[in-house]
Amino acid sequence: MSASENVAAHAPRASQMRRLDPAAIGGVMSREVANFRTFWKGTTFSSVLEPVVYLLAFGLGLGATVVDRVDGLSYVEYVGTGMVATAVIFSSALPAMFGTFVKERFQRTYDAILAAPVDVEELVTAEMLWIGLRAGFYGNFPLVVAMIFGLDPAPGMLLVPLFAFVTALGFAAFGIAVAASVAKMDQFNYVTTLFITPLFLVAGTFFPIDQLPKGIQVASQLNPLHHLVELVRGSAFGFESTDLLRFAFLAVFAVTLWRVAVSRMEKRLID
Amino acid sequence: MAAIELHGVVKRFGPITAVDGLDLEVPKGICLGLLGPNGAGKSTTMRLLTGQARADEGSITVLGHRLPEESKDARAEMGVVPQLDNLDVDVSVQDNLAVFARLYRVKDVRAAVDRGLQLARLDGRRGDPVDQLSGGMRRRLLLARGLVHDPPLLLLDEPTVGLDPQIRTELWSLIDALRTRGTTILMSTHYIEEAERLADEVAVMAHGKIISRGKPSELVAQHAGRETAEVYAAPERLAEVRAKAEAQGLKVRPAGPAVAIVGSENATDGVIPPEAIRRAATLEDVFVLLTGEEAE
Repeated sequence: MSASENVAAHAPRASQMRRLDPAAIGGVMSREVANFRTFWKGTTFSSVLEPVVYLLAFGLGLGATVVDRVDGLSYVEYVGTGMVATAVIFSSALPAMFGTFVKERFQRTYDAILAAPVDVEELVTAEMLWIGLRAGFYGNFPLVVAMIFGLDPAPGMLLVPLFAFVTALGFAAFGIAVAASVAKMDQFNYVTTLFITPLFLVAGTFFPIDQLPKGIQVASQLNPLHHLVELVRGSAFGFESTDLLRFAFLAVFAVTLWRVAVSRMEKRLID
Repeated sequence: MAAIELHGVVKRFGPITAVDGLDLEVPKGICLGLLGPNGAGKSTTMRLLTGQARADEGSITVLGHRLPEESKDARAEMGVVPQLDNLDVDVSVQDNLAVFARLYRVKDVRAAVDRGLQLARLDGRRGDPVDQLSGGMRRRLLLARGLVHDPPLLLLDEPTVGLDPQIRTELWSLIDALRTRGTTILMSTHYIEEAERLADEVAVMAHGKIISRGKPSELVAQHAGRETAEVYAAPERLAEVRAKAEAQGLKVRPAGPAVAIVGSENATDGVIPPEAIRRAATLEDVFVLLTGEEAE
């Protein structure tokens, strides 16, 4: 069989090339999986060790000497549940920022992928989904570590991977959009200082938000991480009716940032 | 129907017009060499064909698909080998191929990977990460990756740039085998020897346009004649030789430390100095005459 006959038989016609083709998205994700297989040990190691260090430092240090109970919870219960959000933002926004920039600028990976029948929307969607799945998995580690430190398991916790996944989608899209907008990697410093650090500190992870000034309390309602923290606490200690709204907020955050990321990347990748 | 058709294509980047009214047809089954100096618009033309750049004016059709609307359909049927190595270096040879087999929607990924390994002669290295391969192996893998879906059309962007002669020769024979099989190839290059050896036809590109096109031998006969005489001498002597030849209407081009008098078979007695080295005219003579002496 000649080359042209072979392709003529299989080649999709215009009507058959669908938008957001699962084959294209799966193909891009399979590239991420192939790469991840070369560095998963390091990721897993730090995902386990980081919450241990935090819980020892904050939970035992601060909890034993300064703080006794927060919002009716022991400090380990409080920080252990809150740290899911920390793990999620640091395993989504940062890898998305650095990974996207490196793949676009230095490795020229996206040049290779876009020369295949994959468009920018599929590429961005696949990268988001992969980061979302990864963060949805590693985001649970602080909870598991907290259990070793004394947190009681609860059936609601089975929903935590879903909450972590949806939040990570939004922050992955945020990271991709940032990477597509900066000219140099140094500019990530502005983004981490201005956005990521405040978002992660004022999320109710380490101290309750209701002790802060009113303005910050209102602003924190726009912080997706705050809603994730509350959802995780809900899963451990009982949901409230407002938690549904919190989840809806996270979903809207993810969808909105997805569209922003696609449009920024189209601008960056297509001349 | 030609495999590739570009008509009146213009592509601007701010104040720079990279492609400036480009007309180019690549018939099925040939290898067309797109020859031009750096900055002529070759790489932009390649990016236009893969939909990674959108034309400001003109029309582009690839394998019957109109771009940019049907760019994805066109990409499904063509292979692309980039100028710069963008393999995943930490990932194994076979995984690099498998990922692209999936991106190209190949049904039997394993068979496509085996075929690619065979083509790149890397069967024994299938499990090794790419960063353990030699430069030549990586280039072969890059070519095999672009062919993983057995496409009828292949875009090669400067396929042997920066490679040593052994690796270059090896790649040339791989590309030549494809051409023999009937794969349509559009190959951009600024290596004249590469175009001469591989291309059925050559299109010379400068300032975003095709300025001449034909079989290499036709272009040589048309623009350079049969013979070129090269004279090596001190600068004053060269200036003298040049003036004498130009006075006779002969074309003269600089050739490093020498001057080359093109079409020297037409010179009358005394114009070509006795110390001149006479050789057959080449595509390089044509290239420099057509694209000018200035480097961009």
